[in-house]
Amino acid sequence: MKKLVSIIMTIALLACLFAAPAMADDATAVKVGFIFLHDENSTYDLNFINAAKEACEAQGVEYMMKTGIPEGQECYETAMDLVDAGCNIIFADSFGHEPYMIQAAKECPDVEFCHATGTRAHTENLDNYHNAFAAIYEGRYLGGIAAGLKLNQLIEEGKITADQAKLGYIGAFTYAEVMSGYTSFFLGARSVCPTATMEVTFSGSWYDPTAEQEGAVKLINNGCVVISEHADSMGAPSECEAHNVPFVFYNGSAADACPNTYIVASRINWAPYMEHMIECVKNGEAIEVDWTGTISSESVLLTELNENAAAPGTAEAIEAAKAAMVAGELKVFDTAAFTVNGEKLESYLADVDTDEAYTGDTEVIADGFFHESEFRSAPYFDLRIDGITLLDEAY
Amino acid sequence: MAKRNQEPLVHITKRGTLPWFVSWGIRACTIVLAMVFCGIITILVTGENPMNIYATIFNGSFGTPRRVWVLLQNIAILLCVSLAVTPAFRMRFWNIGGEGQMLAGCLASAACMICLRNIMPNWAVITCMVVSSLLAGAVWGGIPALFKAKWNTNETLFTLMMNYIATQLVAYFIIIWEVPKGSGAIGIINQSSQIGWLPMIGSYKYLLNVIIVAVLTVLMYIYLNYSKHGYEISVVGESERTARYVGIKVDRVIIRTMLLSGALCGLAGVLLVGGTDHTMTTTITGGRGFTAVMVSWLAKFNPIWMILTSFLLVFLQRGAGEISTQFGLNQSFSDILTGIILFFIIGCEFFITYKINFRHVGRKGGVPHV
Repeated sequence: MKKLVSIIMTIALLACLFAAPAMADDATAVKVGFIFLHDENSTYDLNFINAAKEACEAQGVEYMMKTGIPEGQECYETAMDLVDAGCNIIFADSFGHEPYMIQAAKECPDVEFCHATGTRAHTENLDNYHNAFAAIYEGRYLGGIAAGLKLNQLIEEGKITADQAKLGYIGAFTYAEVMSGYTSFFLGARSVCPTATMEVTFSGSWYDPTAEQEGAVKLINNGCVVISEHADSMGAPSECEAHNVPFVFYNGSAADACPNTYIVASRINWAPYMEHMIECVKNGEAIEVDWTGTISSESVLLTELNENAAAPGTAEAIEAAKAAMVAGELKVFDTAAFTVNGEKLESYLADVDTDEAYTGDTEVIADGFFHESEFRSAPYFDLRIDGITLLDEAY
Repeated sequence: MAKRNQEPLVHITKRGTLPWFVSWGIRACTIVLAMVFCGIITILVTGENPMNIYATIFNGSFGTPRRVWVLLQNIAILLCVSLAVTPAFRMRFWNIGGEGQMLAGCLASAACMICLRNIMPNWAVITCMVVSSLLAGAVWGGIPALFKAKWNTNETLFTLMMNYIATQLVAYFIIIWEVPKGSGAIGIINQSSQIGWLPMIGSYKYLLNVIIVAVLTVLMYIYLNYSKHGYEISVVGESERTARYVGIKVDRVIIRTMLLSGALCGLAGVLLVGGTDHTMTTTITGGRGFTAVMVSWLAKFNPIWMILTSFLLVFLQRGAGEISTQFGLNQSFSDILTGIILFFIIGCEFFITYKINFRHVGRKGGVPHV
């Protein structure tokens, strides 16, 4: 027993001696370490992986990627391992990585830690820990316009009456990010089809093809005629294609798999943020505590419109709305466009500084609209507006 | 003429016991062979120099002092679960529920950390964590044992199914304790107050776990080889009838041993949740409950040899992960390499236990030459 341990320890010691000189080189150059929850087989992570390669190649910096890192102690260990390997920016892509990134950030004040989708940077007060997100609700609103025009087309063709203009939406959890997403989609649709209503069902997972497919069946049986979702699998799209129900997708195109029903998809483009953080470190500038990409900075993109499924005039309507957004004339969460319990909102305290009781702490309504993703990058819109029915709230 | 030669082309016979250095020599050769084979596969896929690949595998575990600690920590947890399932295996009780028993321990620990943090001092929370996790593991292991002892149910299926129940229970409580709501994750429990975190020895995060498991290894060795309980376990394992004949209460031994087995899995749960991870997820055990079966088996249920076999498995796993990162391959590739290596290792056990005899060429004509 003793002998074995001493052998193992000796090997370990020798290895450290050999490894030490290799670690010391190249301290000044920028090197980025990426931590991904899954590998490129997940559409969510693939979106990050592609952006990471694009950004690092554009900036001409070295990078390392660690895929399949779970949301646990391994995230901290991986982050520290990347620091040991000489990385001076660490980026992690999944919400659950956040506490481990913060733990690592506290131990390595000289390394910048950037975390996508997190909520705690603005309350942790660490100089080297940052959150980033994109105003994806802008993209979803545009997707909603495409869905609304489709409803109008169905009404004109006499396939449904104006009262039957019902949308369906499959969400993961009753989490602010999801609620902000489906509400903006709905508001986009209602901006062109005033009689639109919506039903939402939740799958309880960010990736569960079966549950998402079952959600689609439930919505179709309930009479929803256009469907969208906030989840990462092809479960719902393939079901919609089978029932010939048009849908708006998220994070990637489904044009190949669903040529007849797929209309358009919105996605977050992470390359602008990744390039930004690399530039900041190169120039010795501080990275923002919270960074929100917008449709103007090309952080929010729409995929190519599928003319087979989209209603005529969709492309022009989306372009016009996008131009108005970029010009600042169109606000997605305009308080004149929605009511809560029959009343227009003048004031709302949102839970921006996350605490366990989810108490509201920040006034987010001013100048006639809900200021989403301004007080922190991650969404905090969690209002339940009129016209949307939640079918289940187990998650 | 056809009748004259009935001997098949190959046949397999059981070997006598080999001297330890021969059997371990065979095992060492197998690992070398497995490495060569993995090298060939990697070269075919990536075109890299094999020496780089082996250096990368080595680096994955020993590249930096931190990696050495991570290696030791992983060995400690895997070894702890392996030690836990070993008494049951010696009794020929196939406990493949280490995963579930460990999760039960994790759940109990996390529950104490979350529910007791505001009403008890830190030392009391830790005491509750240890006691409740050991109990939770013991109950999770005890239920299948009770059914086996009373109604002779199949313990393999029973313990396996208990794993799924534990996983779903953990999933249920994650939804209750998730922060923030709807995120599906608990995050680090008590990150600022550190209540319920096992104490660090000096500045070494993982040292306490390593020491606890090292002591446990020695104790388990003594328990299995030099105690009355250990002897009873061996007798029950060899033959239940013999055990009954000599007056051993078989039911009692089965239940007692599984309570111990489950409790030690629960201990692994505390070490994970309280000692290092400070969180709970449905995948926190990382399949160690199943890997432990292999560790225990490869070491012939000998706790001391298990240090080596658990080291080997963790070393290969971390090395394979490092290959994926260095050569830009995804995680599946490291799974392929680990699979190949395990295939070789398990295969070699066959050649240690059995001998393959080929039909003697000289006997073909019936008259031996020379």
